[in-house]
Amino acid sequence: MAIGVKKVERPEAGSSYLRATLKGMGLTFRHLATPITVSQQYPEEKWELAPRMRGTHRMAVHEDGRAKCVACGLCPTVCPANCIKLVPAEDENGERYAAVYEIDEFRCIFCGYCQEVCPVEAIHLGVHYEAAEYSRERFVYDLERLCEQDHPFTQLWDPEDPASE
Amino acid sequence: MGQLSTTAFLISSALKVLGVFTIWLLAVAGVTLAERKVAAWIQDRSGPNRVGPWGTFQPLADGLKNFVKEENLPAGASRWLFYLAPVISMFPAFVVFAVIPFAAPLATPWGGVNMVIADLPIGFLFIVALGSLGVYGLVLGGWASNSKYPFLGGVRASAQMISYEVALGLSLVPILMLSGNVSLPGIVHQQQQSLWFVLPLLVGLLFFTISYFAETNRLPFDMPEAESELVYGFHTEYSAMKFAMFMMAEYSNLIIASALIVTFFFGGWDIPFWTGDDLRYAADGSIAGGQSAWWITLLTGLAYALKVGFFVFLYIWVRWTVPRFRYDQVMALGWKILIPLLVVYIIVLGAVMLLLEGAGITFGTRYLLWLTALNLILMLGIMFWLDRSRIIVGTGWRQMRPQQAKPRG
Repeated sequence: MAIGVKKVERPEAGSSYLRATLKGMGLTFRHLATPITVSQQYPEEKWELAPRMRGTHRMAVHEDGRAKCVACGLCPTVCPANCIKLVPAEDENGERYAAVYEIDEFRCIFCGYCQEVCPVEAIHLGVHYEAAEYSRERFVYDLERLCEQDHPFTQLWDPEDPASE
Repeated sequence: MGQLSTTAFLISSALKVLGVFTIWLLAVAGVTLAERKVAAWIQDRSGPNRVGPWGTFQPLADGLKNFVKEENLPAGASRWLFYLAPVISMFPAFVVFAVIPFAAPLATPWGGVNMVIADLPIGFLFIVALGSLGVYGLVLGGWASNSKYPFLGGVRASAQMISYEVALGLSLVPILMLSGNVSLPGIVHQQQQSLWFVLPLLVGLLFFTISYFAETNRLPFDMPEAESELVYGFHTEYSAMKFAMFMMAEYSNLIIASALIVTFFFGGWDIPFWTGDDLRYAADGSIAGGQSAWWITLLTGLAYALKVGFFVFLYIWVRWTVPRFRYDQVMALGWKILIPLLVVYIIVLGAVMLLLEGAGITFGTRYLLWLTALNLILMLGIMFWLDRSRIIVGTGWRQMRPQQAKPRG
């Protein structure tokens, strides 16, 4: 006999297969008759997302529609997944802006460091998860697309309780 | 009114075939949906509800999907048998219904029309013979796939089918003894005249249902498929429409099982407590027993559909209640329990029938009530004495365990 095998003594009286089956069928029928309460009809009903949920990115814009990004280069530096591509440029007024700003959402691990490190609160994670696309290329979001997103910004902390106490 | 002329007979038969086949295909599609819906409800889910209102058109979507899927032929598969197997398993499943009466006979201006596609005098044998043909599809499908798990599924299918074929045949014997008749319309007529056979043959119904569960590979006995053991059993390698054909055969068999239970034990198309539908088609085309009318035919057809629908539901219900048996339990239940019990049942039943006839009670309601009493006693015996760990729990193995469990020297 194999080591440590425990033999369970089953009570003789309680082992009628037919009656047990009938009992089980009663149970399943009760489930059949109970209305379904927990299923969520997804495309029609959606989750209420937490304000701190970290989803796909969104770039904050000035009132005239320009991205707030000043191309300081902190976010590609801090990004642990190395998913931000930034090429800085300078306009005629001597202000820096991002000539190329791309985020590869496939590489992104949604840690939120870019949002945390941004000195001008330009790049944000968003409260958003429905990111399906028809091609892999479409998952590299460029600056234009990041500015177009309109889902709410992720809150990295609760403003009333900044230290999470 | 008399016998149909040859032309009228051909036309009426063609119409019946067309109507029954159309309804049959729709019913098979409906059962696939019902299975998924009932399964979902039992598991507190909502089931398919995207295609059409409440998912009603889901079978259409499934069919479309199966048509456009890739046809797969495994390397080294036996091509002809691989293509033939779904056809072989589907054919009997669609043909058996031809001998089952589904409504009261209808008098037309051209003569009486019997509401059964083929009123074979040997309907019984036809069902048993064709029912056992279905296993060839499973075995060939499993073998021709040139793959291990389908092969195991096919082997299991053949073993299980052969075992339960015997039990099934034996569980039909009480019906033959009671009705003295192998024509299905005849059996239905006898039940209309007296009691439904469910009462005098309660134990027979139990055994018949169990054997047919095994014959249709439904859940407590779905050894040939056994998802958790054999991937998907004999049709693992099948895709697209060939797979769909296996599924259609399975669900078609499910309806046939229900139709047979209804025909043998629940009075066929009989509407209980109403004598207006006790019509009988005679060979000369006349209809005895009452005035035939189109609405009687329609009502009895609906009653039949309702009864069959209930048993289809019962099959689905059991499937989502009972877990699968172990393989040795299936075999032991078939050979060691069902067959001996059925033989004993037949002997006891025969003896009591002889006694009753000796006491001068002839076939009729009183005769059947005596048999009902006998069956109730036997049923109580089965449920409260025989079934205590003697039928399934270890199926007799339990007593042998202590000897097997001796420590190895």
